[in-house]
Amino acid sequence: MEKVYKKPESLNDTPFGYCPGCMHSTISKLVAQVIDEMGLREKAVCVLPVGCGTLGCHTWNLDMICSAHGRAPAVATGVKRCKPDSFVFTYQGDGDLASIGLSEIMCAANRGENFSTIFVNNSIYGMTGGQMAPTTLVGMKATTCPNGRNPETEGYPMHMAEMIAQLKRPVFSGRFAVDTPANILKTKKAIQKAFQNQLDGKGFSMVEVLSNCPTNWGLSPLKTLDFIHEQTMGEFPLGVFKDI
Amino acid sequence: MKGAEALAEAAIRAGARFFAGYPITPQNELPEYMARRLPGYGGTFVQAESEVAAINMVYGAGATGTLAVTSSSSPGISLKSEGISNLAAAHVPAVIINVMRSGPGMGTIQPAQTDYFQASKASGHGGFRTITLVPYTLQEAVDLTYRAFELSQRDRNPVIVAPDGFIAAIMEPVDLPDFKELPETPDWAVVGCAGRERNLLLNGGVNEEHQLSQNRKAEAMYKRWEAEDVMVEEYLIEDAEYVIAAAGTSARICKSVINELREEGIKAGMIRPITISPFPYASFEKLGDGVKYVIDVEMSVPAQMVLDVRVGVKGRFPIEEVTTAGGFILKASDVKNKIRELAERK
Amino acid sequence: MTKIEILTERCKSCEFCISVCKKGVLEIGDKTNAKGYRYVRVKDQDACIGCLMCANMCPDAAIEIYK
Repeated sequence: MEKVYKKPESLNDTPFGYCPGCMHSTISKLVAQVIDEMGLREKAVCVLPVGCGTLGCHTWNLDMICSAHGRAPAVATGVKRCKPDSFVFTYQGDGDLASIGLSEIMCAANRGENFSTIFVNNSIYGMTGGQMAPTTLVGMKATTCPNGRNPETEGYPMHMAEMIAQLKRPVFSGRFAVDTPANILKTKKAIQKAFQNQLDGKGFSMVEVLSNCPTNWGLSPLKTLDFIHEQTMGEFPLGVFKDI
Repeated sequence: MKGAEALAEAAIRAGARFFAGYPITPQNELPEYMARRLPGYGGTFVQAESEVAAINMVYGAGATGTLAVTSSSSPGISLKSEGISNLAAAHVPAVIINVMRSGPGMGTIQPAQTDYFQASKASGHGGFRTITLVPYTLQEAVDLTYRAFELSQRDRNPVIVAPDGFIAAIMEPVDLPDFKELPETPDWAVVGCAGRERNLLLNGGVNEEHQLSQNRKAEAMYKRWEAEDVMVEEYLIEDAEYVIAAAGTSARICKSVINELREEGIKAGMIRPITISPFPYASFEKLGDGVKYVIDVEMSVPAQMVLDVRVGVKGRFPIEEVTTAGGFILKASDVKNKIRELAERK
Repeated sequence: MTKIEILTERCKSCEFCISVCKKGVLEIGDKTNAKGYRYVRVKDQDACIGCLMCANMCPDAAIEIYK
């Protein structure tokens, strides 16, 4: 018999440190699959964020550097500019990328830095215990907006994939999901595309992936799937917003 | 060459091939020089979107084993402090040039030494230290910048070169050091794991034990610095009764004062810390009993270095202060008059 | 012919695999792994058609499939 689906080589043997049903795991697995299939493991440098995504240091069997909160795109700029033959990607959550690191991601994208960004958007700060994120949905409760996000005082959720697509220099920006097997395969294709763009020297690509947080949403893993269908996707439409 | 340009050239000759920075007065000639010259040596210049991004680009560049440098001035260094702390934690070498101006806050763009504590004690969070070099002539600024890269690579730790704005603005002749051969990619660099186990540059402990062990290792390194890396100039202190403690531009001014006072028969001398971290405490500890006063001279109000001077003096002699700030350069006459006045006290 | 293998130490009992399997091949077992999760087990191997949906859906790379 032949193994037709296996744990990717680019993953460490230790189980993921994420909570049960957390889609950080799904997305990490997809990234590892694509790295395996494209033969990138030995030239890869992963730049990790601050947040749940920091657990990536235990996840992937790759060269890695941990960055300060939000600064991964600046760190990746330094790595890639000095070693253009390395394959460089950042893996960032919504607090990291869309709040404290907004300047770094927008400016790296605008320069068209030739690395790839995987952006995990789960509408909440997971690691710190469920505070409001820039991507928290209107009306959604978090520990720092106990009555639900009020756009009058907290503004509206940040649509990063669309914002990046508005810049001239990035070559790929899209939003995907991992809530169904079909969406998972689409996300995987998008990651392949982003990585191939880098290998082709085309410039910056970002793959935003809608994710969940069973622990801080206060829902069972299965119920988070319903929440993504019914709530998150209402605010954040899936799609490719830029593909040059 | 103008001071800031000479510093840039020294960095290139030391092997720096990556510079990221953000415009801030009074050091703009340094990044401007880098933008013109670095690409010609196969290096990379990036004008970053912020001081914060600049230091993190340097962190990424340094992580590949490329010699990386950034420069800024006081308020900019405050913004970089997060990144400097991460460099220290992840053991990534880098050179940070801080052309100090006055403060706090926006302060003024004129020279000052009001960043003494920041440069020598706390360039970021988490209790790390750096070797911090304070030049007093342009030649020394060039030599120390060159040396900074060697120290940084040796220790895998950021090194700070902290000239005040005066040094960066002056023009005086300098001998530039030779071009260094670029280092090979070190075995800890993150460039892809072909042919080896993966490298992981962590900017913190994975748990309490790991963090503590990192802190202990760092502590041992700082102790080695104190034993081996202190740089100091002891100027005419053998018979000195009035010992000035001054660094950087303050020391430059004091040197001329000492010579004039000696002509008047007043036995003045100076201890000039070149490394303000590690601080040359031993130079103060070994002062003979003939010393009447130690005079701490700084372009900082209130004085900061005086706390280190006190540690070295251990209460053996009275300490007086001559200070200025706000961007005013120290007046030689203020130092001279102070020491004359002390000499008249019986 | 298909064989499903559960990497039991990786499983966190989220039930995503069970929810996407149209054939009812998988179920939560009664044994726990080192982390304390009641890991998934194969209830009906013969019913499996090898669609890989469970493996694709599994966040934790805990399902491997042979054909």
